[in-house]
Amino acid sequence: MADGYNKPIPIPQPESDHYWEGAKAGELRLRKCDDCNKAYFYPRNICPDCGNNNTSWIVASGKAKVHTFAIVHRPPHPGFMDDLPYVPAIVELEEGPRMATQLVNVTPEPEAISIDMPVKVVFESITDEISLPKFEPA
Amino acid sequence: MADGYNKPIPIPQPESDYYWEGAKAGELRLRHCDDCNQAYFYPRNICPECGNNNTSWIVASGKAKVHTFAIVHRPPHPGFMDDLPYVPAIVELEEGPRMATQLINVTPEPEAISIDMQVKVVFESITDEISLPKFEPA
Amino acid sequence: MPVMDRLKAISGSAAIVGVAESDRFGRTPDRGPMELHAEAGRNALADAGIDKSEVDGVFTSGGYSTYDIAEYMGIAPHFTDSTSVGGSSFVIHIAHAMAAIEAGYCEVALITYGQTGRSDRARGALNLYGVTPGLPNAQYEAPFGIIGPPIAYSMAANRYMHQYGEDRTREAMANVAVSTRKWANMNEKAHFYDTPMTFDEYHDSRWISWPFHLLDCCLVTDGGAAVVITSAERAKSTRKGGVAILGAAEGHDHAILHQMPDLTRTWGRNTGPQALEMAGVTHSDLDMAMIYDSFTYTVLVTLESLGFCGPGESPDFVANQRTAPGGDFALNTNGGGLSYAHPGSYGIFTVLEAVRQLRGETGERQLDDCKLAMAHGTGGLLSSTGTVVLGRE
Repeated sequence: MADGYNKPIPIPQPESDHYWEGAKAGELRLRKCDDCNKAYFYPRNICPDCGNNNTSWIVASGKAKVHTFAIVHRPPHPGFMDDLPYVPAIVELEEGPRMATQLVNVTPEPEAISIDMPVKVVFESITDEISLPKFEPA
Repeated sequence: MADGYNKPIPIPQPESDYYWEGAKAGELRLRHCDDCNQAYFYPRNICPECGNNNTSWIVASGKAKVHTFAIVHRPPHPGFMDDLPYVPAIVELEEGPRMATQLINVTPEPEAISIDMQVKVVFESITDEISLPKFEPA
Repeated sequence: MPVMDRLKAISGSAAIVGVAESDRFGRTPDRGPMELHAEAGRNALADAGIDKSEVDGVFTSGGYSTYDIAEYMGIAPHFTDSTSVGGSSFVIHIAHAMAAIEAGYCEVALITYGQTGRSDRARGALNLYGVTPGLPNAQYEAPFGIIGPPIAYSMAANRYMHQYGEDRTREAMANVAVSTRKWANMNEKAHFYDTPMTFDEYHDSRWISWPFHLLDCCLVTDGGAAVVITSAERAKSTRKGGVAILGAAEGHDHAILHQMPDLTRTWGRNTGPQALEMAGVTHSDLDMAMIYDSFTYTVLVTLESLGFCGPGESPDFVANQRTAPGGDFALNTNGGGLSYAHPGSYGIFTVLEAVRQLRGETGERQLDDCKLAMAHGTGGLLSSTGTVVLGRE
């Protein structure tokens, strides 16, 4: 844990505690609907497609490709001041769903990052309970 | 100021700063519509009756009668724990408007307080900027 | 699905009879948002020539419930609607008002808006990051620094650039910024009334969140606005007569950004066609369009979603200052959220300008023979949309 971490920290909720436990353990866990046979994000007990509760957890491969990104130069929150410029992104997981994240270990310049580039998950520990799934070039 | 005051503290807003300055100075200031020739509460630049801006400030006499009250035995907020039981009230000011307040210097028992009983304003200083208008038997 | 026959049956059954901004507009450090609601409400009622006591339906959004605003203003309504889906809410309220009037729930509807984004920021009172732990963004977006509209919209814009070409998209964003500024230079209420913008200034402005420059982003100002609606019948006896509500549509398809099905298509893909069909008109019949321009990209994605042009075609649509004064597509003639005003939720201002153009009240920037207008709001993170088609004989 980085002492003095002052960015927003997720507070696990009834439908997401298993997700965050997974992230802490180095697993990217996804919800999957066993009726639709399809993974979805973010974690919900009820499938957003069919509305049924016949849902389970799977462990994602962690492989993804960049769906979009930006390069932030003006902090939306004081906690991000020292990170500028940083690279928020949406990635498309191998299993299908998209999720929001941050790209790390990339040069924060438009020329250095491309949409569709392959990335893989890395977990950044921010508190004893929470690790954030970020992505770096695969 | 009572050190460690831990109840909600008003934050003066553009339309109420003069009201709170008055309370700190020991004056109960009311808004008055010069078109309707009528005082109103809470302070607004625009008259809630006619909608005009032809409004001014007056200083209330501080005399009022109890419109209703309750006797609180379960704190709605931790700050009120040590005050139990306390007596929130709505009083009707001599000038007409009603306002919410607290009755003090009364025995917090139903038998000791009556609706329509005469009360007068007293100001309780809670911070360097804020005094609360409370009411006690006249 | 919306039942078009029934929608067509109520097309034109209600009319906008009053519109106004608050007296204080732009920067109001000594005024709170509720007062701006009330000022604008009073001014819109005066515009209509209707007394406050006749208001029996109230509509608002943006941090206050209708009971907050109605209490402040001294109104006790019989119909109340605090639908809150971001900046499009106030456009959506128009359809709700028409439906309520048609059904008999109320006769005079008042929609009010007021925000002090600029002064809140100066006061340090802006709580942009007050995330609610139980809402998905607190867990799945904010921790990654995806907070607030500029970052989210810039991420959507980058996807658009990837799909349809970065250079032409950049040029289109510049075209929108510059053409909108030209309109603002003709609107004395506009924040940038006295300040022109060159293409170079656009391209040289600092990065906020790449691909957005500062000049891709809307203003942050203070201000209020209000709209009064009544039945078409009653509208005839109001001070200025009515601007007919001919078509209206609303909806949303996500709340947080990564849940958006397609970052290059908004729900306007449904509300544009629905509102036009309800009105019995087509895109080419419109004399003007007011499209919520929270960012330059918002205009591009919205033009396409509404059906003014096909996917990826908006850079051509806005090329060569086509949407500037004198161009052949009148867009955001008040100067928009980019250059006129943007206190936080801009949607209602699209309606104000459309009504004023239809009434012929806009002075230097008045369009010739303006009879049919579209006003369109977007809310959240490209999440919700509301579209209305307004007309005057």
